[in-house]
Amino acid sequence: MTDTIAEGAASARHALSLVPKSDTKQTMKDFKSDQEVRWCPGCGDYAVLAAVQGFMPELGLAKENIVFVSGIGCSSRFPYYMNTYGMHSIHGRAPAIATGLAASRRDLSVWVVTGDGDALSIGGNHLIHALRRNVNLKILLFNNRIYGLTKGQYSPTSEVGKITKSTPMGSLDAPFNPLSLALGAEAGFVARTVDSDRKHLTEVLRQAAAHPGTALVEIYQNCNIFNDGAFETLKDKDQAQEAVIRLEHGQPIRFGTDQSKGVVRDQRTGDLEVVTVTAENEHQVLVHDAHAASPTNAFALTRLADADTLHHTPIGVLRDVERPVYDTQMSDQLDNAVELKGKGDLGALLAGGDTWTVVG
Amino acid sequence: MTSQVSSPAEQAEPADQQGGQMPAGGQRSADGGKEVRRLDRVIIRFAGDSGDGMQLTGDRFTSETASFGNDLSTLPNFPAEIRAPAGTLPGVSSFQLHFADHDILTPGDAPNVLVAMNPAALKANLPDVPRGAEIIVNTDEFTKRPMAKVGYDQSPLEDGSLDGYRVHPVPLTTLTIEALKEFGLSRKEAERSKNMFALGLLSWMYHRPTENTEKFLRQKFAKKPQIAEANVAAFRAGWNFGETTEDFAVSYEVAPATTAFPTGTYRNISGNLALSYGLIAASRQADLPLFLGSYPITPASDILHELSKHKNFGVRSFQAEDEIAGIGAALGAAFGGSLAVTTTSGPGVALKSETIGLAVSLELPLLVIDIQRGGPSTGLPTKTEQADLLQAMYGRNGEAPVPIVAPKTPGDCFDAALEAARIALTYRTPVFLLSDGYLANGSEPWRVPDVDELPDLRVQFAAGPNHELADGTEVFWPYKRDPKTLARPWAVPGTPGLEHRIGGIEKQDGTGNISYDPANHDHMVRIRQAKVDGIAVPDIEVDDPTGDARTLVLGWGSTYGPITAAVRRVRTAGDRIAQAHLRHLNPFPANLGKVLAGYEKVVVPEMNLGQLATLLRARYLVDTRSFTQVRGLPFKAEQLATALKEAIDD
Repeated sequence: MTDTIAEGAASARHALSLVPKSDTKQTMKDFKSDQEVRWCPGCGDYAVLAAVQGFMPELGLAKENIVFVSGIGCSSRFPYYMNTYGMHSIHGRAPAIATGLAASRRDLSVWVVTGDGDALSIGGNHLIHALRRNVNLKILLFNNRIYGLTKGQYSPTSEVGKITKSTPMGSLDAPFNPLSLALGAEAGFVARTVDSDRKHLTEVLRQAAAHPGTALVEIYQNCNIFNDGAFETLKDKDQAQEAVIRLEHGQPIRFGTDQSKGVVRDQRTGDLEVVTVTAENEHQVLVHDAHAASPTNAFALTRLADADTLHHTPIGVLRDVERPVYDTQMSDQLDNAVELKGKGDLGALLAGGDTWTVVG
Repeated sequence: MTSQVSSPAEQAEPADQQGGQMPAGGQRSADGGKEVRRLDRVIIRFAGDSGDGMQLTGDRFTSETASFGNDLSTLPNFPAEIRAPAGTLPGVSSFQLHFADHDILTPGDAPNVLVAMNPAALKANLPDVPRGAEIIVNTDEFTKRPMAKVGYDQSPLEDGSLDGYRVHPVPLTTLTIEALKEFGLSRKEAERSKNMFALGLLSWMYHRPTENTEKFLRQKFAKKPQIAEANVAAFRAGWNFGETTEDFAVSYEVAPATTAFPTGTYRNISGNLALSYGLIAASRQADLPLFLGSYPITPASDILHELSKHKNFGVRSFQAEDEIAGIGAALGAAFGGSLAVTTTSGPGVALKSETIGLAVSLELPLLVIDIQRGGPSTGLPTKTEQADLLQAMYGRNGEAPVPIVAPKTPGDCFDAALEAARIALTYRTPVFLLSDGYLANGSEPWRVPDVDELPDLRVQFAAGPNHELADGTEVFWPYKRDPKTLARPWAVPGTPGLEHRIGGIEKQDGTGNISYDPANHDHMVRIRQAKVDGIAVPDIEVDDPTGDARTLVLGWGSTYGPITAAVRRVRTAGDRIAQAHLRHLNPFPANLGKVLAGYEKVVVPEMNLGQLATLLRARYLVDTRSFTQVRGLPFKAEQLATALKEAIDD
């Protein structure tokens, strides 16, 4: 039933080249498990689940070779609803568990579902190390800027001064910028999308799936119970025009009504800034290059949004560059060892070193 | 009479009662050279600064001794600091080796020979060395400053404090530099070979074979041939010094322990090496790829190093960002169908606890190797202890039973690894293997097993539906259990039709779906316990030669050597005592309760404050007597023998 593409230097460039293909045409229904979905009515997670289930048939992979691994939190219930292999693990550890699975099974398409608390607080260490290591994982980070499952404490992405049950006078700690963090951790693929924009979300998933190595997709996700409207600026049709910058590789970074705004480099500071595009400055508008070797522009883009108003929030693929993939290299080392030393011979290993014989 | 006097014998043969005290014989060599005496056993301790290469020296002497065919047991003892300030007491590193012409069980209580490379080494080790023993000192280091560093106002070589010892003052540094002057090395470089000079001298004294050491040095320094030859020259100079100098009038022979060992091919092996080989063997016998997820920690790191060398066996070794990721990655690999292992020590186990609990809930095979060290917290990183037993047994939230096995000698780590793998694979459960620093670094001769005799550990992955619904539909239930073992099926990703989700939330028995049902939780807690309780483990065997002992000594783990040595002493002295040793700490062997009930007194020696004793008391209502020590060192046979004697006489 499978038609695995033979492993070779060229084919290994695609993240899914070793994953067997499905021999039947799949539909969204094939990826729905028999479990009742138990998120709060109106939760943004439903939209993401539907988008992922809708996208999976496009990959055409044998679904037994797809695994979803999650940690703890609302979003981490995700694997139960996917009719694939799945593991709902413990808080923050999904990237570590998925690393072991992906590194030992290159014929699998491994997805991590995590949240802002799971990935950036308790599991921060595993996230940054998965990114720098570049294991073949696709990490979907549902960022709702709040702790939902524990009923509404502030999270590591909550804005400063957030009033919650644990911070009645306002939270004190400065939030993480997840994409800045990811780029600092040497991530090769960094993207941002929004739960309610299914088309955009699907396109980002498409690019993430094709990326060899770790892909981090931050999904702005609304928690309608504890942090409702956190991303409303980006969703409201009228406001979104001015707030959202849709990045497309190879295209000038322009947005706003009639594409009147553009992102240029301040010649004095080297920083990126938003300007009203004129005939004089039009040629200065940056052309987005997701494949740029240097992460400088991608990093600057992650810092462009206003932290309070979310105005000038770039969405799309900020960075998509190839780096050596950990599991590929690990596998190569095993092959090289066999080439150099021959396939392991247990008897010879055990009797290695200085031996002596005792005769009856 | 010689100074090579042993404390009471470790074996019960009558000849040894005297034999151990006296040289087994002596003769002049045929060419009228120096006298050669025969001994039945010797305990040597090499001691020096951390930078003096004492561990290497000890290792080499051990290899020479092993290849000569003696039985042996070693005790490396070194500080946690890589290079503590030179010449200070905390910086002293030592290596004790006990070798004999018969079978022995411990690295020995008290050295017959101490090699002290500096004043600190002398001062730190002298309390362990009985009067009458030989002490070889590097006199070059007994100058004002090094002596002042350790509080010697006067030279102990001159103030009479070594009266009663047979002291050999040897200017090791000067002699080494002298021997290497044609190599054109700096003084500092040449000095470094003084450990090889000492090794050469000791090799002469005990008639050790030398070819392998020369071969070893040339291999070790293959990229620096000049250094290799300098070390060989220093080694030979040490040998020749013994041969020619008047101070060393006698050399000693310890015959090979030909009758102590069953027929076979032997090699010397440390616990961590044996454990690494055991894991590779288990992978082969299970026909599953080995995956190690680990974070460096003393004294477990050597397993990570060793397994990393054997990629041609398909071993994937993954050095994780922390202890939690180490076990996490292993658990992920287990889900994918690998034989998964994580290696650590006590502090690492504490960090891994939550993931071990997840593995209990997921019911996936996973080996958790704990090379115990002194605790709590950072404790004594390079020293041994057995104080993680209760952590392994209970150190998780909820009812989370985990089987526990423990090796008893360095070589036994190989078999223990295979046994841990058997349990993990058969019962789909995490398994603890509790080794310790003494087993890890200590070594002994080991009979190389015949690969064809190793146990068959092959498993059957789930391949298709295992349950029929009421409407006749065939489905796969990830928690439908094998009625005999209570193990659940292991369905690895990539198997069509068996897509399923598992997790740490309580699940319904059978389907594996999330369930908060009270009755189901009660059932699941009990069935996970029943699965572990039902693991088939062999009965414990009791060694009670007279059959009428009224006192039983029961141990576990690395205390096997010292306990057995103490039991021999007690029996040699005419007392009756029974001995048993636990390989399985969870579940206990089925006959253990009956065995315990058969003795008036049960003595439980442990390198903790009585953890096994606590388990035995709770489980069997037996009034055990604990004999405990937490000194970071193995028990001394003599002390244990005294404790056993007191219990017998009580």
